[in-house]
Amino acid sequence: MRSVDCLRAAVTAIATNFLRTVLTTLGIIIGVGSVIVMMAVGAGARSEVERQIANLGTNLLVVNPSARLFGGRSSGAGSNLPLSEDDVHAIETKVPGVQALSGQLWASATVVYGNANFWTRIWGVHAHYLFARSWSIDSGREITEQDVAGARRVALVGLTVAKKLFGDNDPVGEVFRIRNVPFTVVGTLTPKGQTSFGHDHDDAIFVPMTTARAQLIGKHPLVPDQVGSISVKFQEGTNLLDAQEEIEQVMRQSRRVPPGDDDTFVVGNPIESMKARTAAQTTLGWLLAATAAISLIVGGIGIMNIMLVSVTERTREIGLRMAVGARRFDIMLQFLIEATTLCVLGGLIGIVLGVGAAFVTAGIADWPILIPPQTIILALAAAAVVGILFGFLPARRAALLSPIDALRSE
Amino acid sequence: MNLLVRGSAIVPEGRAFEPPLIAVREVDKVYSSGAETVRALDRVSFEIQEGELVAIMGPSGSGKSTMMNLLGALDVPTTGSILLNGNDVGKLSPDALADLRNRSIGFVFQQFNLLPRTSALRQVMLPLSYARPRPADPELQARMRLEQVGLGNRLCHHPQQLSGGQQQRVAIARALVNNPKLLLADEPTGALDSKTSADIMGLICELNRQGITIVVVTHDADVARYARRRILFGDGAIVADIRLPS
Repeated sequence: MRSVDCLRAAVTAIATNFLRTVLTTLGIIIGVGSVIVMMAVGAGARSEVERQIANLGTNLLVVNPSARLFGGRSSGAGSNLPLSEDDVHAIETKVPGVQALSGQLWASATVVYGNANFWTRIWGVHAHYLFARSWSIDSGREITEQDVAGARRVALVGLTVAKKLFGDNDPVGEVFRIRNVPFTVVGTLTPKGQTSFGHDHDDAIFVPMTTARAQLIGKHPLVPDQVGSISVKFQEGTNLLDAQEEIEQVMRQSRRVPPGDDDTFVVGNPIESMKARTAAQTTLGWLLAATAAISLIVGGIGIMNIMLVSVTERTREIGLRMAVGARRFDIMLQFLIEATTLCVLGGLIGIVLGVGAAFVTAGIADWPILIPPQTIILALAAAAVVGILFGFLPARRAALLSPIDALRSE
Repeated sequence: MNLLVRGSAIVPEGRAFEPPLIAVREVDKVYSSGAETVRALDRVSFEIQEGELVAIMGPSGSGKSTMMNLLGALDVPTTGSILLNGNDVGKLSPDALADLRNRSIGFVFQQFNLLPRTSALRQVMLPLSYARPRPADPELQARMRLEQVGLGNRLCHHPQQLSGGQQQRVAIARALVNNPKLLLADEPTGALDSKTSADIMGLICELNRQGITIVVVTHDADVARYARRRILFGDGAIVADIRLPS
């Protein structure tokens, strides 16, 4: 008997008792759905970490002013005094292993070129910013020490800005305006792409730190040479935990924090905090894996049960098939294919529900998800394997029936 | 050998040198359930030539159903031998028996035994789907057989859309589709009214005239009337083997 005939028989049998079929496959549906959500969340978390590592490099620490506490209540991030050029200098000279560092100060502004205008984020940075953030220019040149020293009105543009503002033209050498101040483009940046939270790295303009302070941000009343936050890139092989302590000591001196007082700054490791954030996703992944395994087993037992019922109900049909020449293997194959079809059907429903659930999870928990095509194939394969494993016993029972007994049954 | 002599003695005139289609020799069939054993057939011997129309009769418990199962290669004798078209049924494996049934035997049952929710065409194609090698155009063959039994206009009907007589015709078309040597009908009119019964028996006689060997198992004398040879069973043995002149 050809598999096509088997499949036709299976579909007929399944369609005969559609409600019963769907209820039977509930375990498979939940199992496969869990597999999908598990894989989607896991793959999303992994790709997020990998993207962060690719974007930031692995040896990056970032210093920010910390939230000031008023009577134990936080008054918001950065409410302590801003970091200053002195802090940058102190880290550069006193912390061992520093490869590159740069302050970064930002403001949002409208930029204008010809008829095009565009709302974007402007960053004031030091000369080695790109290197510190593992970034590089695509064309033109970087911002130099001289640019910073002279507070020159030069700018680097990200890919998104370049496209929106200059279209297909080469932006290098063009003059555009930020808050009515003319700037000359000296370079464009290689694309970095989007974070999974929808933030576009390439939607940014970089200008010298000094220029940004003078033209765009305005002077801070207490810290005229504020630098926002500081990115510090360390040499390969540096122990970042040690480096973090070094920075903390240097910063306490530089900011004159009295002994016993809390730090007025925080030193963060973006990769570590990203990993910590994705740890929750990993835990959920294991939970879902357990759910998936249990559901698939319970679902498989459900399939076995319904197939045993089906074999009993259709004993006469089996007898007839044997009478007209079905071999034992033909009967066996027919019921195996029926069980597998049942499971794959449940698997398909589970995939649809699982993909839906993955998106809902992503929406509620604000997690990145990723559904690689292998996930779908794996889920379907899992369902099919359950069908074959748990369909085997009923199929064998059907195949070993004696033709006479089967024909005589009512 | 005495057996052979006895066998050839009952061969109808003019066919003395052809081997019989069915040769039943000294067959016992014993069923045992626990300590109890039931002797359903007791040293039964007979032969059926190709082209015969034979009625096997007897009251229930006489062994005629057991005989039918053995003739249909659905079961094997406890002792003795049954040669079906030259194959010793008792020496075949279950799969070989399945192939023999598929190639050489068509079954017609009292309860039709059609598959539910399946079109007449698919019902008739069923035996072809188990045939080895696969036939070239199973759908065409099935359609021809349905036309042969007068159901050319009911190809797509499901059993619940057909009358009892039509359902039995579908079953007969299914039994014929593999060009079997032997058609085994077990109470073929048992579930039909007398008018339809006559139609079905007419069809069976017509098929016999076309050359196919037919064995009808029945307890109904009206049905047996159609057969010129009647083998009467009682208590697991042949009570009478009656031949009427043509």
